[in-house]
Amino acid sequence: MKIILNNRDEVFDRDVMTVSDMITIKNFSFRLKIIKINGKLVSRDQYDSTYINDGDNVQMFYLMSGG
Amino acid sequence: MKIAEIEKHLGKFRVGIAGAGGLGSNCAICLARSGVGTLVVADYDVVEISNLSRQYYFRDQAGMKKVLALQQNIKRINPEITVIPYQVELDAGNLPVIFKGCNLIIEAFDRADMKDMLIETVQREMPGVTLIVGSGIAGWGKSEDIKCRKIDDSLYICGDETLETSEELPPMAPRVGIVASMQANLAVELLMKID
Repeated sequence: MKIILNNRDEVFDRDVMTVSDMITIKNFSFRLKIIKINGKLVSRDQYDSTYINDGDNVQMFYLMSGG
Repeated sequence: MKIAEIEKHLGKFRVGIAGAGGLGSNCAICLARSGVGTLVVADYDVVEISNLSRQYYFRDQAGMKKVLALQQNIKRINPEITVIPYQVELDAGNLPVIFKGCNLIIEAFDRADMKDMLIETVQREMPGVTLIVGSGIAGWGKSEDIKCRKIDDSLYICGDETLETSEELPPMAPRVGIVASMQANLAVELLMKID
């Protein structure tokens, strides 16, 4: 499937992918992060049950302490 | 638009600032100098001497509540600006009440889990309110890594998105100031687009 990840085209070699799968494949290992799919916030407890579909616009960023 | 018109326009708006530490105090001063009419500032902390390495306070304010010290400092710069101080620890419950009526909110917490709580709460419970998050201000140098990124119309992020503060990588005035100014700059840009 092909999605937009942080404003770039990204191709994944699979047809079905959860948010957790994407995190594993892309090695987004840092604990605190914000993920939005098509403008909708995905809670951490929904990473396993939320599917990313072909053409989705996915945004991800890390929350670093300090401020 | 000339500066007097710009200040008049910005004077109509209310901006929420969540946290009055390095990002929050410097960002608030920037917004006040720009003429943003009302600033709602929330923080539970008091000024400590160690904060003066990067936060917009003075030695004689040590021990004072940060929100009151900030109100005092802004009043000295521009008494026309209204500062509404809340000496409170923000949580998912009080946040929508405290920042009700704000055109946008500046996220200026230190702890990442608090940033997370704020983003979740504002995005879910305050539709239409734009949030400007700071993430990645630690250390020094690497100015070129600091950027401002639009996630969507309701969410922007400023910082390097990479470096976390630690004993070896403390928050310091230049980098904290850059990110605080970027948050303020973006806030002004967004407010200038509103009629």
